[in-house]
Amino acid sequence: MIHRECGVLKTTYEADMALYPLPIARWTVAALAVLFLLVLPFSVHEYYLSIVNLVAIAVVGALGLNILVGYTGQISIGHGAFMSVGAYTAANFAVRLGAPFWLALPLGGVMAAIIGAIVGIPSLRIKGLYLAIATLAGQLIIEWTINHVTWISGGVQASIEMPRPSFLGLTIASQREMYFFLMFFVVAALVGTLNLMRSRIGRAFIAIRDHDIAAEIIGINIFRYKLLAFAISSFYAGVTGVLYTYYLGIANYEQFQITVSIDYLAMIIIGGLGSVLGSVFGAIFVTLLPIAIRYAMEALGGLVFSQASVLNIIPNLRLILFGALIIFFLVVEPEGLNRLWRNIRNYFRVWPFAY
Amino acid sequence: MLEVDGRFFVLLMSNGILIGLMYSLIALGFVLVYKATDAINFAQGEFVMIAGFVVAVCLVAYGAPLWLAVSAGLLGMVGFGFGLERVMLRRLIGRPIIAVVMATIGLAAILRGVGPLTWGAETKPLALPISDEPFIVGPLFIPPIQLLGASVSLVFLGVFGWFFLKSRKGIAMRAVADSQQVAMAMGINVERYFALAWAMTGVVSALGGVIWGSMLGVDVHLSLVGFKVFPVVILGGLDSIPGAILGGLIVGVVENVAAGYVDPYVGGGTKDFAPYVLMILALMIRPYGIFGKKIIERV
Repeated sequence: MIHRECGVLKTTYEADMALYPLPIARWTVAALAVLFLLVLPFSVHEYYLSIVNLVAIAVVGALGLNILVGYTGQISIGHGAFMSVGAYTAANFAVRLGAPFWLALPLGGVMAAIIGAIVGIPSLRIKGLYLAIATLAGQLIIEWTINHVTWISGGVQASIEMPRPSFLGLTIASQREMYFFLMFFVVAALVGTLNLMRSRIGRAFIAIRDHDIAAEIIGINIFRYKLLAFAISSFYAGVTGVLYTYYLGIANYEQFQITVSIDYLAMIIIGGLGSVLGSVFGAIFVTLLPIAIRYAMEALGGLVFSQASVLNIIPNLRLILFGALIIFFLVVEPEGLNRLWRNIRNYFRVWPFAY
Repeated sequence: MLEVDGRFFVLLMSNGILIGLMYSLIALGFVLVYKATDAINFAQGEFVMIAGFVVAVCLVAYGAPLWLAVSAGLLGMVGFGFGLERVMLRRLIGRPIIAVVMATIGLAAILRGVGPLTWGAETKPLALPISDEPFIVGPLFIPPIQLLGASVSLVFLGVFGWFFLKSRKGIAMRAVADSQQVAMAMGINVERYFALAWAMTGVVSALGGVIWGSMLGVDVHLSLVGFKVFPVVILGGLDSIPGAILGGLIVGVVENVAAGYVDPYVGGGTKDFAPYVLMILALMIRPYGIFGKKIIERV
């Protein structure tokens, strides 16, 4: 994931399949674990930790969407809605039946997976643009349903207050506790995705992306694997929705509108389609972009513009930069930040020599 | 108890037909681009919004006469179409569909930001010199703006239909759509026709912006009209001009009738929802639309 040497010099299958191709990779993973589990949570202010938490939630969702779009080649503009399915399922279970998080969370994920697979059914006959529009329809229909069926959405505001998650008598209240709670799911999602892509299922997904008719001819059951891709990806989305609901303390459909679906698509495009590390980069980038713009405009915008116009500029500037970045990466660097990172790494591999 | 009231139903139908033709106008912009360049424009609603902004600002802020404002809108959108093709879409030729879809989604985000940033977020009026008094013909109740919109749509649908069937440029454009390589081999300048298609979309969007803008007022919400384009083009077929008319009519009628009869029971919002349900059903039965061409894929 982080370190590779040039040349393939492996002579056994064991060496080829090894999790850590080089000793330094093992040390890098250990160093990252120390950084993220010991150094970061205890050295950073609660407010910044709350931003890190947002990034962590986005990482889970971006990984899920990348399984579907980046690895399987099926587009979905409905992931925001799948997140809301997870969020409302978990919220209903938690509030009505008093389900603890370790029950409500997987239930939300499973429900999202079922709905995602149903929305994915048209993918068997249609692809590309038609599929994009079908999932867009899924997004709008789910949004409408949740908003209008009070049995699901719990009343006029279409929002349900979520109890704080607790585990072994320990209630998660502060951002620091939330951080460890979320880190568990981030690590699980990362390891899960990496493993999935090394398995038979992952290889089948990649074959379908590269050419679905050819994949069918070499014996991959397209029906099963396309629906499986939708289900797995929506499961991740559902879990993301539940995590976000626990983070906010409230399930609200406004947090899962179509802009969210587009945000997540932007994450995986900016980060890199079909890459786990890219999903992480993209999630960090897209989550931090609006925060960075707000800081920059609040600090410097007042020098040029009046206070009222700064408030108008911030959201619009965010939209413009966001769209421009999507287009920039699509046109200039289709493989995203992941590719840039690889280029940098390759450059410094034998630095200061040229080769 | 659902009581079928003849007058009410006819009223819903007639409004649906007029609104539907106005949807067809916007869908036409989408179909033109798809037909010629195989590119999918998720920013169609934003095109309409930007055109509306240009015309409204010319009218309100600069006090220009209407013909000047509309020409400014038309010229602006044609230039925008040309520029966009040159800067962005030409580089995406031959890339996967996801790339083009996402690029136009990105473009939509930019336009949604640029519009209010340049011209202010408040809703601007776009007044056309026609009365607000509806025509009342028997049971019908027709706002003049809808009648104007529907007639403009029909005229343009006719013009573009003729263009593709009979004119030299239109035939060349169909050749480009059919196979870019073969078209090149026959001596057609493919890139020029791509630019032309985007410019034509600009014209249609500018007219859509004037009509929809004068009906709804011009602000960022005008771009939501774009969401109606997808059911229209899916129902009619992505590359068919008659399909755009028929799809528009179906969507207009269905959403009006559904809103008229279902809204009182569920508390609103059926208008945005019913066309998509219909579209999903259509996708299950005829994935390539009513008039769309079926693509046979080979490995």
